Amino acid sequence: MQRGRDIRKNIDWLSIGIYAALVICGWIAIYSASFSEAHPEIWDMGMPYGKQLLWMGICALVALFTLNIEGEFFNRFSPIIYLSVTVMLVLVLLIGKKVGGARSWFAIGSFAIQPSEFAKMATGLFLAYFINTSGVKFKSFTNRLQVFGIVAIPAGLILLQPDAGTVLVFLGFIFAMYREGLSGNILIIGFASLILGVVSIIMGANVVEYPWFGEQSGIFYVGLGILALAALGFLGVKLLVLPRNRKRTNLIVLASLFGALIFSGGVYTGIEQILKPHQKERIYILFGLEVNNPDADYNIRHAKAAIGSGGWRGKGVLEGPMTRYNFVPEQNTDFIFCTIGEEWGFIGSVFVLLLFATLILRLLFLAERQRSQFSRVYGYCVASILFMHVLINIGMVIGLAPVIGIPLPFFSYGGSSLLGFTLLIFIMLRLDSERFSVFR
Amino acid sequence: MNLGNRKFVVIGIVVFIILAFIVRLFTLQISDDYWSRKAANLTERSTKIYPPRGLIYDRKGELLVANQAIYDLMMLPREVKDLDTLRFCALLKISKDEFDERLAKMRKSRGWASNKEQVFIKQIRPEDFAPIAEQLYKYPGFYGQPRTVRNYKRGIGALLLGDIGEVVQRDIDRDPYYRPGDYIGKGGIEMAYEDYLRGQKGVRFMVIDPMGRPQESFNEGDFDTLAISGQNLVSTIDSDLQAYGEYLMQHKKGSIVAIEPATGEILAMVSSPTYDPNLLVGRDRGSNYGLLQNDSLLPLYNRAIKGTYRPGSIFKMVQALIALDEDKITPQTRIACNRNLIGCHGPHTYDDLEGAIIHSCNPYFRGVMQRMVEANIKKDRFEDAAIGMSHWKERIESFGFGTALDTDVPGVNRGNVPGKKYYDKIYGEERWAFSTIYSISIGEGELLVNPLQMANLGAIIANRGYYYPPHTVKDIGGQGKLERFRTPLQTNIDPDYFETVVNAMQKVVEQDGGTARRARTPGITVCGKTGTVQNDPLPDHSVFMAFAPKENPQIAISVYVENAGFGGTWAAPIASLMIEQYINDSISDPRKEQRIIDQHFFD
Ligand SMILES: [Zn+2]
Repeated sequence: MQRGRDIRKNIDWLSIGIYAALVICGWIAIYSASFSEAHPEIWDMGMPYGKQLLWMGICALVALFTLNIEGEFFNRFSPIIYLSVTVMLVLVLLIGKKVGGARSWFAIGSFAIQPSEFAKMATGLFLAYFINTSGVKFKSFTNRLQVFGIVAIPAGLILLQPDAGTVLVFLGFIFAMYREGLSGNILIIGFASLILGVVSIIMGANVVEYPWFGEQSGIFYVGLGILALAALGFLGVKLLVLPRNRKRTNLIVLASLFGALIFSGGVYTGIEQILKPHQKERIYILFGLEVNNPDADYNIRHAKAAIGSGGWRGKGVLEGPMTRYNFVPEQNTDFIFCTIGEEWGFIGSVFVLLLFATLILRLLFLAERQRSQFSRVYGYCVASILFMHVLINIGMVIGLAPVIGIPLPFFSYGGSSLLGFTLLIFIMLRLDSERFSVFR
Repeated sequence: MNLGNRKFVVIGIVVFIILAFIVRLFTLQISDDYWSRKAANLTERSTKIYPPRGLIYDRKGELLVANQAIYDLMMLPREVKDLDTLRFCALLKISKDEFDERLAKMRKSRGWASNKEQVFIKQIRPEDFAPIAEQLYKYPGFYGQPRTVRNYKRGIGALLLGDIGEVVQRDIDRDPYYRPGDYIGKGGIEMAYEDYLRGQKGVRFMVIDPMGRPQESFNEGDFDTLAISGQNLVSTIDSDLQAYGEYLMQHKKGSIVAIEPATGEILAMVSSPTYDPNLLVGRDRGSNYGLLQNDSLLPLYNRAIKGTYRPGSIFKMVQALIALDEDKITPQTRIACNRNLIGCHGPHTYDDLEGAIIHSCNPYFRGVMQRMVEANIKKDRFEDAAIGMSHWKERIESFGFGTALDTDVPGVNRGNVPGKKYYDKIYGEERWAFSTIYSISIGEGELLVNPLQMANLGAIIANRGYYYPPHTVKDIGGQGKLERFRTPLQTNIDPDYFETVVNAMQKVVEQDGGTARRARTPGITVCGKTGTVQNDPLPDHSVFMAFAPKENPQIAISVYVENAGFGGTWAAPIASLMIEQYINDSISDPRKEQRIIDQHFFD
């Protein structure tokens, strides 16, 4: 344990530097997005930028505190942390404050805490603990079910709030599991599903009259396409696969055929029948499909206009009219990247993206250099969660993902989010600083 | 399986996504300006700044045409939300039906777009707009736009001054300066001097918020341009004289044109019946215009420049002057009053030129014209007449007849002076001779002149041979008048020849038994000539042309009173009153004035 004593020596200052840069950039963006002539003072507690400054101070203390806790503590206590967060997630459904249609906040005085922001950290810790202690190799079905359960319980509770965005983030844990041995097929299946899903949505939504099946029958053609591919698959098996393997391969093709048909039909039915009209509209807008309600794509149109008007160098901080006069809704939270795009331009936006990329890749690097599986799994969880947030949030504002409410780490205004990510990262940094002293 | 290699898959996915985002940002921000134009559309609004239109003063410095503020109620359809139509209608004092009608009309118009401002109600007077403005904040998407319209201080000279109205598509096509909704001068001085009066529109770019409310100037106003005020004009009009002329002409159809001979400046130009130009300002412009347009007395028809009449006997003086200059006659030439050739009136048989003018002897001037047309250049009398006519026409035109005078009054009629071409067309080439066309020698036949040309003739005789193109503006923004009004046009007739004509004109007024006795004016030597224009089957038009005083003339005038009979009865006294008003600034014989006022040719 002696070699790990001096944290300052073994701590990853690069990560801290990027973290600090992101938090500062985030604060500038919040200042600009919520600026008011009447309250220009940065410490004005009535304004989001004042409050955020306070949260930044709290986070600095929390980070310092976290760095001074033994890594072993997180390992040992992860089940308890996981359990308490799960209890909080249940409690918030019962006594939480409803904001914007979702019951996801505990209101304490003028501040509010969002337990789902801490659920990500707790789930990551417990997943790492479980994989480490039980020697999971993702071979047995029970194994997979247990791991699935660890992720699904908090995710399910969050879905009940409902907060679909955060649930999507939980999909990021698949990267960690994949690294630890979960079959790579899941990524391939995921990718194939994505393509099939997109095709089903576009074809299914098309009101063009197709021959034979009448109006809105595009989905039948998707089915026909799947059948045709399966037929090709069987033919391929017969021609290319050795006879002794044919039976097994044919079964796989058959399973894929039914899987694809059910999935495609499910996506179609889900969107056309189950989703609420405004959710359906969001998905339609993403794919550029005709939407009856002309105001439905208001947010995303304005978001794109704000970003698009930035040009190379942007309009300058406090100089972007779309940010200044609130053309984009929720622009200091979910749509804050619009402010970056408009005021910092292409150069600033890419700079921010590269900061995120560097931090994610650095965290992956840190994870890989761990000797303890616990630390490695946790590191992957941290990097994956960060990645999912960036993917969904920025993907949304630049029109590559549907409109899903989810904060951009370090940028979106909100104490819980900042505190959650601070904990997430600094626990990893503490674990990393002990990498030489842990032999397990 | 080496799980360690799986990190490359994860890293690959991260790198791929980040690169995809960078490419997407590049297309949004750099390679395609669609979104930045979209942002500009959303956040910027340009507002036109209308400069004040130039004012118009009369020749004595009295303000004739001023500006007044008025408001257009504008609508930005995109911003209209949750409109309480009934309350809004009540505020505007219009009915729900009218509201719907206006909306429907707007939607059908060319300029309709939900993000473009539309004029909902035009020209609301400030006193009516104030209560509306107070409540307007309750109706997003509606706002007032100040405009300026004209205010005519004395309510005179409607057609002479002209008015302003919205541009039509033709104006926009001709000059891209104009945008739909802009005002442009229509008729009169407003139209002729549009380029000077309008000034230069300015534009202000504002950053707006999502509600369409202006927040700050765009780019610190770097792209804004200042509005440049229109230039003030000093008109040549003597507003007292103009007002007096309109006063005298009430209940009479006709016109008065008065010109200062030394400059060509139009002192008054009356077309009667007239109307108060303020009728065509504001919300009622449309309906009032309709009323004027449908009036059977044609108040919108400027008789002073558009009305054409046969010149009658007044034309004999032009004939005399040209014949003298062509050496066809001398002042002593006598021609017998042979009433077999053409009719004549009065007890005379063998007049010299002066007598022939005073008695208006028709055979005399038939003879004069014959000498000019039959030039004895060609044997063939048809050919000979064609040559003579062409030369005669040229000389007539040098008096401004048969040509559009180079005036600044828009819409002047050129009248008609027939020549070789004209008669060839009617009778065929070399199928006509003097005997065919002689009626023009006494100002009848196909000759047509307008009252402005007739007043100009007065100016030419007063000047003894030259004139300045008659004009209505003597100063543009302190720079003086237009260049073309500073050079005199010559008739090339020897000034000496004018003395006989001028003396005759004096006697027409002063001699006992002269046809224009009623034109006598105490203390002023008036030279004039009556004309009576036949107008079968309606009564004749009463015409008088004059200038005064004889030496150093200050005013030349033509008066037309339609269907009023003999020229000496009505036109001559009106001219005399006008001359006295202008020169003495007072009227010595109120009964003379009263006689005119009491006479109604229509009610
Ligand atoms: Zn006679």
